Amino acid sequence: MKTMQFNEAGRLQHFLGIEGIKRPLLMKILQVAQSFVSSTEDGQQTVRKVPLLRGKTVMNLFFENSTRTRTTFEIAAKRLSADVINFNINASSTSKGESLTDTLHNLEAMYADMFVVRHTASGAAHFIARHVKPHVHIVNAGDGSHEHPTQALLDALTIQQVKGEFAPLRVAIVGDILHSRVARSLIFALNILGVSEIRAVGPKTLLPRHIETLGAHPYTNLKAGVTDVDVVVMLRLQRERMQSALLPSEHEYFQQYGLTEAVLEYAAPDVTVMHPGPINRGVEIASSVVDGSHSVILQQVSNGIAVRMAVMAMSMGVALS
Amino acid sequence: MPVKRFSICSGRVVDPSQGMDEPADIHIADGKILAIGDKPDDFTAEQTIDASGLVVSPGLVDLSARLREPGQEHKATIASETRAAACNGITTLCCPPDTKPVIDTPAVAELLQQRSEASGMSQVLPLAALTQGLQGKHLAEMGNLKEAGCVGVSNALKPIEDTRVLAHAFDYAASCDLSVFIQPIDPWLGRDGFAHEGQLSTRMGLAGIPSSTETIALSRDLLLIEQTGVRAHFCRISTAGAVALIREAKARKLPVTADVCAHQLFLTEVDLGPYDSQCHVYPPLRSQRDQDALRQGVADGTIDAICSDHQPHEPDAKLAPFGETEPGISALDTLLPLTLRLGREIHKPLVETLGYLSHAPAKILGTQAGTLQVGQQADLCLIDTQNYWQLNNGSFNSRCHNSPFLDWELQGRCVATFIRGRQVFSKIQT
Repeated sequence: MKTMQFNEAGRLQHFLGIEGIKRPLLMKILQVAQSFVSSTEDGQQTVRKVPLLRGKTVMNLFFENSTRTRTTFEIAAKRLSADVINFNINASSTSKGESLTDTLHNLEAMYADMFVVRHTASGAAHFIARHVKPHVHIVNAGDGSHEHPTQALLDALTIQQVKGEFAPLRVAIVGDILHSRVARSLIFALNILGVSEIRAVGPKTLLPRHIETLGAHPYTNLKAGVTDVDVVVMLRLQRERMQSALLPSEHEYFQQYGLTEAVLEYAAPDVTVMHPGPINRGVEIASSVVDGSHSVILQQVSNGIAVRMAVMAMSMGVALS
Repeated sequence: MPVKRFSICSGRVVDPSQGMDEPADIHIADGKILAIGDKPDDFTAEQTIDASGLVVSPGLVDLSARLREPGQEHKATIASETRAAACNGITTLCCPPDTKPVIDTPAVAELLQQRSEASGMSQVLPLAALTQGLQGKHLAEMGNLKEAGCVGVSNALKPIEDTRVLAHAFDYAASCDLSVFIQPIDPWLGRDGFAHEGQLSTRMGLAGIPSSTETIALSRDLLLIEQTGVRAHFCRISTAGAVALIREAKARKLPVTADVCAHQLFLTEVDLGPYDSQCHVYPPLRSQRDQDALRQGVADGTIDAICSDHQPHEPDAKLAPFGETEPGISALDTLLPLTLRLGREIHKPLVETLGYLSHAPAKILGTQAGTLQVGQQADLCLIDTQNYWQLNNGSFNSRCHNSPFLDWELQGRCVATFIRGRQVFSKIQT
C-alpha cells in the first residue's frame, strides 16, 4: 500500500499505521518511548515533563467516543509541554451537517500543529492526512476496523520490557479479530518485529476470512490456540456482536473463548497476559487472570503514555538524541 | 438549414451487426442510412465529410448510465449527460429506474424521454421499475410502462427479498414480453460492506462484500428464469463464479445475456489502496482472478456487452473517508477507449470489439440502434483509433469528474457523432 506517512526526505510526517513502517523505525520508536519511562521502586512511570513540544498545539479530534485513549494522548502531549485541546466531534459540528474537510480547515485556521484522530471509518486518518495543510501532522488514534498503531506499539513495548527479545516468541491474539483495529496493528507490528509465530484465535465469525494473508495462523479452538504461547493478547468483546448473529451469547463466549486460569495452563509457564482495555470481566477474561501474576495490563496503560509521547515527538520532527 | 443529404467518405466502415470492416463511403439522407459503398444514382450530397484515417462505427449503445435527473440535478442533468454521451460516440443510452422519483409510472418515463428529446443529443431508453418504488412488494405497472417507452424492467440495486414476489414479477414481465434486467445482489450478505471480501478488505479493515453476494442471488434468479421463461439480462457481473454460472446457463439455452462495466476489466481490489474513494464502486472491485474470468467471459461471448455504469457525482460525494463516500464512477468519457484497449489486449478484431458497445447492447435492449444497416436511423460516430490522449479535468465531457482513470493515457477517441443524420459533435480537423 502506498504510504503517506513519510515526507519527501523520508522522515515520519504522519503516524497513520504500522503497515509500511520498517523495523529500524519501529525499534527506534520503542527506544525513544523507553527513554520516557523511568523505573521507580514501585515499578515504572513516565517522566514528568519534557519541553520538546513547547509552543505547539495538539488537537485531539475524536469522532468516536473514547475516554482512555484520549486521556493518555492528552497526558502524553502535556508531558511534552504542548497545548492540548480536545474535540468530541460526534456532538458538535458533523451532526450539524458540516463536512469533515470543513471541520478540518476550521481547526487548521486555529493554528493546530497536530491532529490526533479517532474515527469510526477505516481510512479516516489517511483521508485527513491527504487533506490537511503540509505543516499539520496526523496521528491515528484508531480508524474503524483498520489500525490503532499506538496501541500496537505500547503492546510491543510491554512485550519487550517483559520478554526482552521478540524473535523466539509465540503470540496468540484472542477474540474479535474481524472488527479489531488493535489486532490488525498488532499483527503488522509483531511480523515486522519478527516474532516466531502469531495466532489469531476466535470463532470463524470473528476471524477475517483471509487472516493468513496478514501473517497470522487462524485457530478456532482456544486451548489449541494458546498451547505453548508466550504472550496472550485478549481483545474486548463488544455486545453488538450478539445482535448480528455472530455469537450465540456472552455466556457461551466465555465458556468457549474466555481466558481462565485453567486455559492458561496450556500456555508456556511464564506466559504474559495482555488486554488493551476496557476489560469485560467474565466475558472474555476471568477476573482472577486479570488480577493474576501473568497479567501486565496496567503496565500497558502506563506504557501507552510513553509510546504516545515518542510518536508525537517523532512525527513532529523533534530532534531526539 | 440542417444538412439533409450527405456522404461520409474514405472511412473504414466497421459495422458489427453485418460483420463488416472495409473502406467505404456511406451515404445518408433524411436521417437514415441510404447506402454504403457506391453512391445511388439519384443521390446528390449537400456535404461530404472526409473520414480518411477514421473508423466509421454505428453509434454506441450504453446499457447503463445514471443521468441524475429527475431527483439529483446537483450532480448532473439529462441535458449535461446526454451531451457528454454524444461527445463520446454514445447515441443511445439506457437509464436504470432508480431516479427520484422512481420510474414506476408512465409520467416519469415520459418525462425522461421528453427531456432527452429536448436536449437533442443521445436517445434515452428508460428501464421501468420491476416493483413499485423498487420496494420489492407490489408489481409496477409494467404493461403501461412499456407503452410509455420503457425497454425493460429492473429493480436496479434493490434486491427483491421475497422470492414469491420475484417469481411473480418474472412471470408478469414475461407476459408483457419485457426483459428483466437483474443486478444480482443477495439482500443480506455484504449488506454493510464497501469492498470485495478478500485480502485487501482484510488488510484495510473495510467491511467485506463476499463474491457469494452475487453468486447466490444469481443462482436463485437462474432457477426462477428457468421456471418462468422470462428473458433476463444480468447487469454489472463482477465475479468469476457469476461468469461460470452464466456460461452454464447459456449452454442450457436459458434466455439470458450479461454485461460487465468497463472499469471491472481494468481495476481490481488492489487499486483501493490507500483508500481511494474514486475506486468506491458497486459491485466492488474484485480480485485479479475475478478480472481474469470477466475478461475470459467477454472473449468467449459469455458476457455479451460492455457498459459504462456511468454514475456522476459532485466532488463532495467523494470527499470523505472511503466508506462514507458514494459509490460510482463518471464513466461516459472512458467507455470507448477502455473497450478499445480491452479489445487489443484480448486480441479481438475491431469489428468484434465495437460489437460489445453497439450491436450486442442494442440486441439486449431490443432496439434498432447500434447498426449501419441500410434503411436504419443514421446514428453513427467517427473514431480516431490512433488518438492518444490523457484523461484530465479538462478532457471530461461529463459534468462530473469522479474517475479512478484520471491521468491515465488512453488510446482512441470519438471525433464526430451523428444522431438521426444530424451532426451533434465534431472535432474533425478540416
